[in-house]
Amino acid sequence: MKPAPFEYVAPTTVEEAVSSLSGCDGEAKLLAGGQSLMPLLNMRLARPDLVVDLGRVAALDYIRESDGRLAIGAMTSKRSVERSGLVASRQPLLHAATVLVAHPQIRNRGTVGGSMAQADPAAEYPAMAVALDAELRVVGPDGERSINAEDFFVTYLTTALQPAEVLTEIRVPVLAPGSGWAFTEVARRHGDFAMAGAAVTVTLDAGGHCADAKIVLFGVGPVPVRPRGAEQAVNGERPGEDLYRQAGRKASEEIDEPLSDVHASAEYRRHLAGVMVRRGLAEAVARAAAARGDA
Amino acid sequence: MPEVAAARKIRLKVNGVAHEALVEPRTTLADFLRGGLALTGTHVGCEHGVCGACAVLVDGTAVRSCLMLAVQADGAELMTVEGLAESDGKLHPIQEAFVEEHGLQCGFCTPGFLIAIYELLESDPSPSEEAIRDVLGGQMCRCTGYQSILRAVHSAAAKLGAARSASATPGA
Repeated sequence: MKPAPFEYVAPTTVEEAVSSLSGCDGEAKLLAGGQSLMPLLNMRLARPDLVVDLGRVAALDYIRESDGRLAIGAMTSKRSVERSGLVASRQPLLHAATVLVAHPQIRNRGTVGGSMAQADPAAEYPAMAVALDAELRVVGPDGERSINAEDFFVTYLTTALQPAEVLTEIRVPVLAPGSGWAFTEVARRHGDFAMAGAAVTVTLDAGGHCADAKIVLFGVGPVPVRPRGAEQAVNGERPGEDLYRQAGRKASEEIDEPLSDVHASAEYRRHLAGVMVRRGLAEAVARAAAARGDA
Repeated sequence: MPEVAAARKIRLKVNGVAHEALVEPRTTLADFLRGGLALTGTHVGCEHGVCGACAVLVDGTAVRSCLMLAVQADGAELMTVEGLAESDGKLHPIQEAFVEEHGLQCGFCTPGFLIAIYELLESDPSPSEEAIRDVLGGQMCRCTGYQSILRAVHSAAAKLGAARSASATPGA
């Protein structure tokens, strides 16, 4: 199908984009990389009156490190993140999440900010943002504010962004010394949306026990889900296959009923959530142990 | 919703030829190339970014042209599948490899594959098996001819490599 008619503006600054959004009487949509919005337009599932294209806002395309954080402009492509040596060395979980997103051509156009604002519950980036405790910077008619990743994702395809706000930057802390991480998912085909996946971070204390375990599941709820019972079950314990299995069981029991659709039943997604937690923990602990060995 | 939005003027270069055209904002780049410029080598399959048949190069980067608006290509340099062969009709080494290795069956997906492989070999002249599969995974061939296409990529990489070393040899 073809998109229904819409008016189109291509501002060159964030301020112009905000005023285009706030000046629109009907529905306005921000176009970032277009890898989610364009299918919705083509299928006429979205019929905005106005499309505000951020593609000419050059100032939103950057990856910088400062104060122990990576700051990434919202219009930075996934391909730039994937190819960034800074990202690969300073926050490898972000790199790992990026290469699991769709296919090279989609990553060429798809942006960091676009994935956040789209808030697809099966997508990698929202889970990555929650796992890394990312801070999202947004600019609106009343100025700038920042939102924690966990507060940003409200429900399916819905974020805390107000209608005239533009997401401008995401900030993620660099990998802490001694920290282990994993980003794992199961999809029917490489590049498809995951049926379930997990982002895991963990450290090992002086006695070799698990500490600061953080587990974020995706594909199993309306937003990235933290199985806190499973996290608690891991902390303070000696790592091992039995512990990972037990945490996986706990995670799959404690999450709300997952979505059931043509790709996977709720029951299967619940099962996969447990498997992802088990595999993620094993991988993250192995990395934490290696990091300790290096220190 | 506007009944019809005012067309705007865009200027772009496709396969080395400059064009100026009026396009409605909702026109996808794929439809503009096919309908506006009569470059029908770019195929439109799924129209939602899944199949990869409509891939073209925009400023050297392979993109799904069904997921881009023509107005977004204003000022860009594009290459479509028509830009691969030389003006005398001599096929590009990737195209030759497709012919020799039976990389095309019904041919519908071929333009997208050729562009995807062109981008890959431009940035990585001797790609790993994994890198090739990552790229091919983004293109759909419903005849399921992937093994022949895989062989064609290896053969094309070898052809291009040989051509490069021949041109690098003094006096050759």
